Amino acid sequence: MSMLQLRYSVPGDDFTRAGEASGDVKHKLKKLGYNPSAIRRVSIAMYEGEINMVIHAGGGEANVDVDPDKVVIVLTDHGPGIADVEKAMQEGWSTAPDNVRSLGFGAGMGLPNMKKYSDEMTIDSVVGQGTTLKMVVYAQSEKS
Amino acid sequence: MQIEEMAEALGWKLLTENTDTTREVKGCYCGDLLSWVMGRAKADDAWLTVMGNVNAIAVASLADTAGIILVEDAALDADAKARAEQQEIAVYGTSLPAFETALKIASLLG
Repeated sequence: MSMLQLRYSVPGDDFTRAGEASGDVKHKLKKLGYNPSAIRRVSIAMYEGEINMVIHAGGGEANVDVDPDKVVIVLTDHGPGIADVEKAMQEGWSTAPDNVRSLGFGAGMGLPNMKKYSDEMTIDSVVGQGTTLKMVVYAQSEKS
Repeated sequence: MQIEEMAEALGWKLLTENTDTTREVKGCYCGDLLSWVMGRAKADDAWLTVMGNVNAIAVASLADTAGIILVEDAALDADAKARAEQQEIAVYGTSLPAFETALKIASLLG
C-alpha cells in the first residue's frame, strides 16, 4: 500500500485543463516535502503524458502512487494506440495536428521528455485499443 | 538576482498581479515550443518566449522557471493571466526581442 494514492480523470480535447492533474501532484509532493528535483521530474513527465492523452487519445486516466522512495505514474487511455513506439520515441517525430502546433505543442519531444525525466518507463500500446504508460521517478536519482 | 530587480533594471512591465516576483533568477532560456522548453530549460531560469497562453503558464509552473518574459510585446491571454495569478507565476512583458533581452540578462548575471 502506497503512502499516497492519487487518481485523476484527464479530459480529452481540453488543452486549458491539461496540467491540472500534474499540477495537483506537484502541489501534494511539495506539501510532503519531497525532493525538489524529483518533484520537477514527476511534474514534467506527467504533464507530457497528460498532453499526449489530450492530443491523441481523447483523454484518459492518471494513477499516481507516492512512496517515500519513489513515485509511480500510470497513464491509461483508450485512444488509437501507437503504431510504431520506436519512431514515437525519436525526438522531433510527431503526429500532432496543426491546431495543436499553434499552441506550442507537437514538437515531437513529449515521449523523449518522459523518458528523460523518469528513471523507468514502459509503454504498452495496442493499435485500436489504447495505451498504458508507466513511469517511475525515484526520490533520489542521478537524473536531474 | 531576484526577477523583480532584473525587471526594474531592464524596464520590463509586470503583466500579472499578486504573483511571486521574488524568485531568484539563475539562468535564462529562450524558446516557444513547450516540450522543448520542458526538456531543456532549468529550474530558476528566466524564460523568454512569445507564448502567452495557459499552457505556457503550466510549463513555467511544472518546469519551475523563475518567471516568464514575453518578448516583442507578445500578448498574455486573459485565461493565461488568471492561471498565472492562481499559480503565482510572474509574467513580464518587453518590446525587445529575445536575443537582446537574453544579452541584457547575461550581463546582469555576469
